[in-house]
Amino acid sequence: MTVEDAFSPLAQRVPLATTVNGRPVTLAVPARLTLADLLRDELHLTGTHLGCEHGVCGACTVLVDGRSVRSCLLFAVQVEGRSVVTVEGLQDHPTTGRIKCAMARHHGLQCGFCTPGMLVTATELIDRHPPEKPLDEACVRETMSGNICRCTGYQGIVRAVLEAAADPATGTTHEG
Amino acid sequence: MKPAPFAYLRARSVAEALEMLGASAHRDADAHTKVLAGGQSLLTLMNLRLARPDQLVDIGGLMELSRTFEDTDSVVLGALVRHRTLETDPKLGKRLPLVAAAAGQIGHVAIRNRGTLGGSLSHADPAAELPLAMLVHEAVIHVESATSGRRTIRAEDFVESIFTTTMQADELLTWVTVPSARPGQGWGFVEFAPRIGDYAQAGAACLVTVAPDGSVAAIRAGLLAAADRPLVVSEPGDEVSGIPTHETWERLAAHWTRNLEPLTDDPDHTRHLCRAALSQALADAYRRARTDQEEAA
Ligand SMILES: Cc1cc2nc3c(=O)[nH]c(=O)nc-3n(C[C@H](O)[C@H](O)[C@H](O)COP(=O)(O)OP(=O)(O)OC[C@H]3O[C@@H](n4cnc5c(N)ncnc54)[C@H](O)[C@@H]3O)c2cc1C
Ligand code: FES
Ligand code: FES
Repeated sequence: MTVEDAFSPLAQRVPLATTVNGRPVTLAVPARLTLADLLRDELHLTGTHLGCEHGVCGACTVLVDGRSVRSCLLFAVQVEGRSVVTVEGLQDHPTTGRIKCAMARHHGLQCGFCTPGMLVTATELIDRHPPEKPLDEACVRETMSGNICRCTGYQGIVRAVLEAAADPATGTTHEG
Repeated sequence: MKPAPFAYLRARSVAEALEMLGASAHRDADAHTKVLAGGQSLLTLMNLRLARPDQLVDIGGLMELSRTFEDTDSVVLGALVRHRTLETDPKLGKRLPLVAAAAGQIGHVAIRNRGTLGGSLSHADPAAELPLAMLVHEAVIHVESATSGRRTIRAEDFVESIFTTTMQADELLTWVTVPSARPGQGWGFVEFAPRIGDYAQAGAACLVTVAPDGSVAAIRAGLLAAADRPLVVSEPGDEVSGIPTHETWERLAAHWTRNLEPLTDDPDHTRHLCRAALSQALADAYRRARTDQEEAA
């Protein structure tokens, strides 16, 4: 008996129960479906962008159990029982709100293709950074270097993240 | 691009994973079954269709392999310990500072949040940081199979060649025992990459043991990206007499990189980078050992 006899991989759909942006999601997915394609094509959460599909550009970054991951490098079946948060799910998150306002002020985006990934990466950076150690530019640059932007030249992005990290009060007075 | 179709099996225990790997090896020797851990190497290859496994055994949910144990002289790390944990866990960082530094150089945060120790060692990329760190630490790798049981492999004997280990197809890497840093031992890790997050073009890791009088008692040093596997380059015979200086490290680095045959387009350039990384790593390690001794005094 071959593997093909045992199960036809093309036909194999795997049951999946997970949480996306706080909502339970239950469906059957092809094993080879990536998390990015699940989010975009099945759940219509198109804020998660796909650039390279091999882990280098960061446009597809989402949070799984509160940690940033590349949704192009994860099969949907791997988030069974986990909690996925996309850029849409960060709509009301105060840190993300501050970053968005700061991005607008500092011209941190032009075409906006990279922006969802930037927001997710920067949100994790600020939220998980130990409060006793202020974020410096080197650390912001190093962390944000995993997200490629073809437009801005990064200066505005770095400035925006530093501002959002430094002053929790700024930005909340502006509308994201 | 998208990955080619495959059959998906989710393991709920190590025993089940071993059974799945064993059964598929037994059922069809030509069918290609792969373990799926963090997926940070496997999915890049599958998305580009450079890899087309017929079947994946997903071990990602095996919490037991995410654990770490601290022994008196060593730390035991589960195969699923993430790079980010090695990098940021304060307790592990204290026992294994070289490993923490090496892990921190891998890719980007989002890659380190997913990538696992077992995956990095099994993938056996000659430019990867953790296989080198394990080699310098003289770590012991534990593997297990349903048919042949458990065995241990020294890090030195684990990599056969580029992307190839001495594990069998039905074997699972389960644990890694890493001797922890000893008093008087300083660590150095230096790598050169074109950009942050890129694989290194050259890199060196070392542990330098310093006697209380400041003389060098022992050195273990290795290089990444210098061959088809991570290499130990220190030669125990090459003692350092007296208190080492900058020139000591330059001389040792030149001596230990003289015969390298890197598999790169420009071997001279790579040899030069290896030498520079090694000399800097040795100097860093010595300085750290001395600082620790002064603080302890
Ligand atoms: C953009 C990007 C940049 C990167 N940069 C670096 C870098 O600078 N340095 C670096 O070292 N790595 C880098 N990586 C790779 C990363 O470190 C991977 O996490 C690691 O190589 C593989 O770990 P994984 O858990 O993701 O393994 P997977 O991708 O799941 O598996 C890798 C291979 O190992 C096998 N395997 C996994 N676990 C086991 C096990 N327990 N037993 C037996 N076989 C197993 C799999 O079958 C597969 O063949 C990068 C990756 C990306 C996408
Ligand atoms: S699309 Fe996932 S990292 Fe580029
Ligand atoms: S704004 Fe266009 S890619 Fe960043």
